[in-house]
Amino acid sequence: MTNMNLYSRGDKLFVIVNMVLIALFTISTLYPFIYIASLSLSTGFEARAGNVVLTPVGFTIEAYKQVLSEPLFWSSYANTFIYTIGGTLMSLAFIIPGAYALSRPQLYGRRFWNLMVAFTMWFNAGLIPFFLNMRDLGLLDSYFGIIIGFAVNGFNIILLRNFFEGIPQSFEEAARMDGANEFQVLWKVFVPLAKPAIATVALFCIVSRWNGFFWAMVLLQDESKIPLQVYLRKVIVELSDDEEFANTLLTSAYSFETVSAAIIVCSIIPILLIYPFLQKYFSKGILLGGVKE
Amino acid sequence: MSNDPNFITAAGPATEELVFDATEAQRRRKPSRMVRVGDHLKREWQLYLMLIPTIVWLLVFLYKPMYGLQIAFKDYSIFRGIADSPWIGLEHFQTLFNNDQFLRALRNTVIISFYGLIFGFPMPIILALMFNEILKQTFKKTAQTIVYLPHFISSVIIAGIVITAFSPSAGIVNTMLGWFGIEPIYFLTKPEWFRPIFVGTGIWQEAGFQSIVYLAAIAGVSPTLYESAVVDGASRWQMMWKITIPSIMPTIIIMLIIRIGNMLEVSFEMIILLYQPATYETADVVNTFIYRQGIQGGQYDLAAAAGLFNAVVAFVLVMTANTISKRYSRTSLW
Repeated sequence: MTNMNLYSRGDKLFVIVNMVLIALFTISTLYPFIYIASLSLSTGFEARAGNVVLTPVGFTIEAYKQVLSEPLFWSSYANTFIYTIGGTLMSLAFIIPGAYALSRPQLYGRRFWNLMVAFTMWFNAGLIPFFLNMRDLGLLDSYFGIIIGFAVNGFNIILLRNFFEGIPQSFEEAARMDGANEFQVLWKVFVPLAKPAIATVALFCIVSRWNGFFWAMVLLQDESKIPLQVYLRKVIVELSDDEEFANTLLTSAYSFETVSAAIIVCSIIPILLIYPFLQKYFSKGILLGGVKE
Repeated sequence: MSNDPNFITAAGPATEELVFDATEAQRRRKPSRMVRVGDHLKREWQLYLMLIPTIVWLLVFLYKPMYGLQIAFKDYSIFRGIADSPWIGLEHFQTLFNNDQFLRALRNTVIISFYGLIFGFPMPIILALMFNEILKQTFKKTAQTIVYLPHFISSVIIAGIVITAFSPSAGIVNTMLGWFGIEPIYFLTKPEWFRPIFVGTGIWQEAGFQSIVYLAAIAGVSPTLYESAVVDGASRWQMMWKITIPSIMPTIIIMLIIRIGNMLEVSFEMIILLYQPATYETADVVNTFIYRQGIQGGQYDLAAAAGLFNAVVAFVLVMTANTISKRYSRTSLW
């Protein structure tokens, strides 16, 4: 905006109060993460006593040793990577060509196909029919079921389609002059031009896959196939009222609280690592998605 | 075969009829609809090849379950399958509306959504307006980066943080209450605390990220409006009320319509993680009811009926909101 000197005293007060409020909101967003990180590095005794407020008390990495020594933690971590990478690639394999086709004016029944995609954003059959359908398809308790069952998302298709529609016709015409077929036009011209939009969609997929928990919990019974989030829930939610667990750990170097804090930290790290890339793209992506329709 | 033009020519008129004259040629240059579609498919088959997987996926994973919705009106038996189970009409709906648990879930859904609307909806707007007033770019960027973050953290982790922070022995909330001499409260087992904690968590997690949409809308406001306001001696406060807010009103209304449309879709994943039998009284919503009755309890038909009811009410809500908005503000989703 313009120069600060232009503002009256009232404006300056307004600006300062505003900054303070934003700072408070920001701190309250950040604090729980700091608290959890500190908790994970404190001794079980201090954590139980409620002595951890900001920094670790009685610094120890016992909780992490405990978490990392659990085989189920590692297998669920590996599964999460399988679901995230496999699922994202699967999504892109459906979304990119689909969005391209839907963006081409020469496609017959284009309005109908687009409506068919958009309708799923407003109405879906709900939990039970979806679950029964997955069961009937034999996709319960299967890696493939999780990877393919959630591959397509109407919002992502429309976002990418809008971006493709915005690419000037002349690019396509030039490629056609050179004898490119539809696949070559998509792969050699549109995909490189749509990199920001594709990156956005890919990152949306990565985040939702990494965080996905409900359907993994419902569809997977076999413990060796569960992703990290389901394992996390098992530990945090199911053991939180397990008195036996709570009592045995009362005096040890780690406690239920520090162990669950350590798992939380371990599972946030990958998201934090890709967050800078996310940050760069998502606001652009949201804008892209909001331009039309 | 029918998309092969040679095939069509072969089936055309016999050679002796092919006396060339201008009108005849004119007539032939306008091929039948079938031929046109055939030619089109031959030329553009690659496009359809690209579209088919997506459409098939939608049919298999999203439209086929819509066919399965009919079990809401059937006495569904796993062994007979969807098609062969006998119709029973509206019996499941009658059962639901005589079921205290369902009615409680319905009431809770409405109340929690309403709280979310009252407290949750304005927050991102306020945040966006506040961010817009910050002049120091580095401060603004840093603050935004931090408040967007919780959106990317899974509900399981958020629930884990909430459970840890509100725990009676070690939780920071009770520690802080202890400073004021307040006895520890076992928050997550107290029905009266569930809604504030749930709604508050939702705001903490999403308000920052949702402000992006409004910031984008604010970025689109013409700078000349502000320039002329400065000339007229407007204060920042006045500019916010007289220029920024009216300018982003269409966006606010669209977001409100979407919000109302999703009103019954309270994020039940989080509820499943945070509630327990002690708090069902205030925490159980329609979707968690469906999850317990259907997926855990195996009463698929009854749960599907509850789901259908939910979806229809949601659909009516969004249509109504859109119509009202169209009438009074000329802003609508479609």
